[in-house]
Amino acid sequence: MIFEVLVTVVVVGGISAILSALLSVSDAIVNNYGDVKITVNKKRNIDTTGGSTLLSTLGTEKIFLPSACGGKGSCGLCKARVVTDIGPVFPTETPYLNKEEIKSGVRLACQIKVKKDLEIEIPEELFNIREYQARVISLHDVTYDIKELNLVLNGDISFKAGQYIQLVVPPYGKIKESTMRAYSISSPSSQKRTIQLLIRLVPNGIVTTYIHKHLNEGDELRILGPFGEFYLRHSSSDIVFVAGGSGLAPVKAIVHEMVKTGFERKTYFFFGARTTADLMYTDLFRRIESKYDNFHYIPALSAPDDSPGWKGETGLITDVMDSYLTKQGSREREAYLCGSPGMIEACINGVLKKHGLTENEIFYDKFG
Amino acid sequence: MGVELNPFVIMIAAALTSNMILSNFLGMCSFIAVSRDLKTANGLGLAVTFVLTFTTVLNHFVHYYILIPLGLEYLRFIVFIIVIAAFVQLLEMIIDRFSPALYISLGIFLPLITVNCAILGGVLFMIIREYTALQGLLFGFGSGAGWWLAIVALAAIRGRLREKDIPPQLNGTGITLIIIGIMAMAFIGFSGMVPVR
Repeated sequence: MIFEVLVTVVVVGGISAILSALLSVSDAIVNNYGDVKITVNKKRNIDTTGGSTLLSTLGTEKIFLPSACGGKGSCGLCKARVVTDIGPVFPTETPYLNKEEIKSGVRLACQIKVKKDLEIEIPEELFNIREYQARVISLHDVTYDIKELNLVLNGDISFKAGQYIQLVVPPYGKIKESTMRAYSISSPSSQKRTIQLLIRLVPNGIVTTYIHKHLNEGDELRILGPFGEFYLRHSSSDIVFVAGGSGLAPVKAIVHEMVKTGFERKTYFFFGARTTADLMYTDLFRRIESKYDNFHYIPALSAPDDSPGWKGETGLITDVMDSYLTKQGSREREAYLCGSPGMIEACINGVLKKHGLTENEIFYDKFG
Repeated sequence: MGVELNPFVIMIAAALTSNMILSNFLGMCSFIAVSRDLKTANGLGLAVTFVLTFTTVLNHFVHYYILIPLGLEYLRFIVFIIVIAAFVQLLEMIIDRFSPALYISLGIFLPLITVNCAILGGVLFMIIREYTALQGLLFGFGSGAGWWLAIVALAAIRGRLREKDIPPQLNGTGITLIIIGIMAMAFIGFSGMVPVR
């Protein structure tokens, strides 16, 4: 009896062991692409070993392509032009590439493997992106679900107000891998050694839960940055900012920036909230508003009944903005939006297009 | 071993008269899920044929040279599945390296068919019907080819139905199941023409 049991265990275990050994050996042989050379923008040569994705290979060489999803192929940000012929575009890439991009050889770096010598082209400013060690200097609530996180970096970061960084959270609890998420910088860009982030607790969010529940002052984190196209463009048109929740962060950074030049352009900042409990930095924006004639801060509550004594605007942010823009009549405008995809969609299609703003005059950062 | 049947007869029989999906209803989940588009259906059909052909032979040797001598036939379900899973992984690795074009067209289907019941079904039929290795090889290939034929046919029909006016209650899985039923009835016409054992 016991002998039979032993034979069973040995046979099943033996077959599994032989097969997994076979797989490991063939993995080492088949997946070995040897030494390869990657030429970036025709001027920098990287000697490395093949077999990993282009995104992670470049990452180990300290060249960081933007990536909000951390290489899962779900954000479509890590685009790079591959000059060398590496075969057709994968089905996992096609949703993120348009026809011209496919034609010119743009690929998602997280989806393609480095198998031979490659020549690639990436935007020049990506060389500005670096990895920093950050230490938490303070962490406190600004609303019931948003925390202000202040970090001191181990080097100067130069960024445009409105850009974002990626925060890397180490494995904790049941999470076995380090996880990366993007957060906008809310501190002014003149401040290069310390940065401020506003982080809303997302239910079951891996990174936000870590920051809200596990992170303490003095802890170390890794960040990458800066990334993003969300920054103030030069022109003389009026500026319309629209934000909801932690979407206030990049707007705050841009407003800090504009204080220095004294608001030469008319600026309206619409902030959508449910109740007064969702408002933050109200004193700061009110102070700026009282000092500069051109800056107007317009918070609007969608559920004013829960906030007795509220004297400001009420209703959906789209309706409030619509009535303001209608009152002002036809003017040259630029809009900067940051918040949930639903809010952005509603603002663009429901209000901004109606008031004659074209796609080139609307800039936004979607917070998924 | 069993009755001496010409291996080629078995192959034809497996593809047509006892078609894996339309006579035995094995591999149904991926058959319905992946038959929306002709191109992907083709890819999956190719992958199933490939894996079915090789795993039947592989498991034939495992069964007759390892399990039977040790008197461990009752372990065959576990062992067959392990062999299939390992083989699919190995295959994926090799295809990725040597034929990126094929790797792209097979895509996620390769790992998916590890759990396709048609594969395990094919292997078990081979054992139950006591085929020889050569018979098993051609039976595996025939079964796969039959499955491939059926899914391509279904995908083509579904492609044509897309522009047709189907009652909304039946649209989607409902009409697909009806189509499969009619296809299965058509395949009954083949039955009895060539025996599988």
